[in-house]
Amino acid sequence: MSGPSTYEPKTGFTKWLDARLPIVRLGYDSMIDFPTPKNLNYWWTFGGILALCLVIQIVTGIVLAMHYVANTSMAFASVQHIMRDVDFGWLVRYIHANGAGMFFLAVYIHMFRGLYYGSYKAPREVLWILGVVIYLLMMATAFMGYVLPWGQMSFHGSSVITNLIGALPIVGPAVKTYLLGGAAVGDPTLNRFFSLHYLLPFVIAGVVILHIWALHVVGNGNPTGVSVQDIKKDTVPFHPYYTVKDGFAIILFLTMFAVFVFFFPEAMGKTDNSIEANPLQTPAHIVPEWYLLPFYAILKSVTFDIGPIPAKLLGVLAMFGSILILFALPWLDTSKVRSMRYRPLARQLFVLFVLACVGLGFCGANEPDAFVFKTGKDRLQVEYSDANGRAQTKFFDQFSEANAYKESLPTAAGASLQVAESGFKWKWLSQILAAYYFIYFLVLMPLLGVIEKPKPRPASIADSVHKRSGSGRSSSAPVAAPQHAE
Amino acid sequence: MRFITLAAAGLATLALASAGLAFAQEQRPAHEFGPEHLDEPEGGWSFEGPLGNFDQNALQRGYKVYREVCASCHSMKSMSFRNLGQKGGPFYDPEFPNPNDNPRVKALAADLTIPAIDEETGDEEQVPAKTSDTFPNPFKNPAAARASNGGIAPPDLSVITSAREGGASYIYSLLTGFRDPPAGLTVNGGQHYNVFYPGDTGSQWAGDPRLKPPGGFLAMPPPLKADGQVTFDDGTPSTVKQMSKDVATFLAWAADPKQETRKQMGVGVVIYLLIFAVVVYLSYRRIWAKVEH
Ligand code: HEC
Ligand code: HEM
Repeated sequence: MSGPSTYEPKTGFTKWLDARLPIVRLGYDSMIDFPTPKNLNYWWTFGGILALCLVIQIVTGIVLAMHYVANTSMAFASVQHIMRDVDFGWLVRYIHANGAGMFFLAVYIHMFRGLYYGSYKAPREVLWILGVVIYLLMMATAFMGYVLPWGQMSFHGSSVITNLIGALPIVGPAVKTYLLGGAAVGDPTLNRFFSLHYLLPFVIAGVVILHIWALHVVGNGNPTGVSVQDIKKDTVPFHPYYTVKDGFAIILFLTMFAVFVFFFPEAMGKTDNSIEANPLQTPAHIVPEWYLLPFYAILKSVTFDIGPIPAKLLGVLAMFGSILILFALPWLDTSKVRSMRYRPLARQLFVLFVLACVGLGFCGANEPDAFVFKTGKDRLQVEYSDANGRAQTKFFDQFSEANAYKESLPTAAGASLQVAESGFKWKWLSQILAAYYFIYFLVLMPLLGVIEKPKPRPASIADSVHKRSGSGRSSSAPVAAPQHAE
Repeated sequence: MRFITLAAAGLATLALASAGLAFAQEQRPAHEFGPEHLDEPEGGWSFEGPLGNFDQNALQRGYKVYREVCASCHSMKSMSFRNLGQKGGPFYDPEFPNPNDNPRVKALAADLTIPAIDEETGDEEQVPAKTSDTFPNPFKNPAAARASNGGIAPPDLSVITSAREGGASYIYSLLTGFRDPPAGLTVNGGQHYNVFYPGDTGSQWAGDPRLKPPGGFLAMPPPLKADGQVTFDDGTPSTVKQMSKDVATFLAWAADPKQETRKQMGVGVVIYLLIFAVVVYLSYRRIWAKVEH
């Protein structure tokens, strides 16, 4: 896409440099003159927003690292020191902590954009795969970062996750030991997490460069999914057209970011993480940060063994599988049409997919056995073992009857009286939604390409924008599809 | 094709319906938050909301309650005396931008003694605290804290309002929520029944488990028992509610001492960004005016 270079060095020095290291040419071709489809909507501004997020995390992270102490007896206090005594330390930390959430918000929008407009399809498969690699690295980075302030959730969350990794067959136990640096989460763990948390963002930066390189080889997609045919008619130079559009979106994003940092800095935090880590006291509910909740829900939704595979391992496989499946997406989707604007069925199923992901987030935040809603009145149940040692349960409405029955049993029956509730459990909802998650990728994506009849697409980008802006010039293109997706 | 759409639509309806029902029932198990809602003092909290601020008099009264009542059991490890005189703090005085020069802060520090080492003899001694010292810890070590409190160490209060769901309202509710246990509820020795404590009364309740009382048991005896327990210097009547409100305010400030600066700065930053957004939007309109898109 990035055609022949139009850069012309003007001064003596730039001419000299251009013959030796054409770095100015590289910048010019990729950020000034880069031909960009003229019909990109605001969903395309999140790439720039993400680049900014990475820079913000790295800059604030480096400052935090100057004051942070990676030692289990001092980490919590050093974060308090940053919040209270370091000049503007509170600002730097709140930007970094909320910035992680903003980063994920942006990456999710960016990825859903890709899913809707088919950005993963040929020739952009490698571009998409590099994106999924970045996303995986972000999750690892955020997970390790969350351990650093050494609160209750840092400690117990990291124990839960490293135990999961330990449950993987063959490699699991070894990987777990290397991660922890010992038998349990402790000083060695904190030190290596700090080291990796410092390292991985720079690895991300490296992969981002590859991601952008791949983008500049194949060029931007666009909301119609129709490829660029004529650079003159279909595209505009990146600068100033998209620098100003991206710039506007970035400022709106930063405004929302600032509202969180300055007015609700702890809205996304967990109260438990303001309590210093205590290995002997496990919090009532261990839940990850919001951006990891859907995967946590998939993990917990598997409550049954399949053959010789125990539920725990299945859950771990389902969780990792739900992310790894994204790598295969370019080959799972069999439709020739990129944009879902012209795919009536896929579009509806996509909306459901987004709802399922959001729903899984809610499932992840709730206890699997708690009720989404209750049905009927609470009853009482007396559980005991009968003369043959078999477990029995008897239900009552009245407490006096239940209690009398319990008292009438011999002590050997070990009777207990509990509340019997009935209703729809979170774990069932997460099973349904997780099933849809996998069906969407593994069944619907391959199937739709075969059975769906796509709507007519515009002949070219120029044509599609021409229609929209409403001038009457007739064109040979088929009747335009609905334009609501803007 | 129809079938897929129908099945999917059914799924969506189910998911949405469950979410709707969940919100409608607003299930909050009784043991999680005590009675329906936490109590709030009359008039709410002055520091809530994006523009709220701490009331300096309330902070001063709250510090007195902490110092005279809570400090005998609870440490505040992250607090130094100089923090009391910082901008936004209880004893901030614009005349003394450096809190270490503030005479009230100096006097408050000197009221207390802290352990030190005599450089001549190497013996341990007690010396008056300086503004740069942290609040003294009431117990020598965690074991001593546990031993004096029935086996449970009183938690550090530096960030307590961030560490509990409900923040200042929870502290206020907890301090005013000690009640005589209803008939049928046994309270073990060394334990105290509180309707707002997020515990569970089930195991000690003799009646119908569906009607178990809210709240739970904790090792802290009611610290604020009688009106007038602390004498306020500004003449505010020191009812239990007033003392609870003021100490909760003080603890909320201690957990978030930069709140005032943060909110002031936030207003400026957001206004700046909004103006910037308008300017960039107008340039966007202008640059794109000649391009069909
Ligand atoms: C006699 C010692 C003592 C005094 C005085 C005291 N506390 Fe406590 N406090 C404790 C102990 C012990 C606990 C731990 C209770 C438990 O976890 O069972 C505690 C717990 C707490 C908690 C945490 C409750 C929770 O949710 O876990 C708060 C908040 C608290 N105290 C506030 C105060 C305040 C405010 C004051 C002063 C008005 C005060 N305390 C005075 C001993 C004391
Ligand atoms: C991909 C980019 C990054 C992400 C997503 C990320 C995420 C996080 C998260 C979620 C936390 C816990 C926040 C909290 O509750 O305090 C954290 C803390 C921390 N991060 Fe990062 N981070 C990133 C980059 C960096 C970089 C580049 C550095 C250093 C060079 C860094 C240094 C730190 C330090 C020192 C802490 C602990 C201090 C604290 O908890 O506030 N981070 N990070």
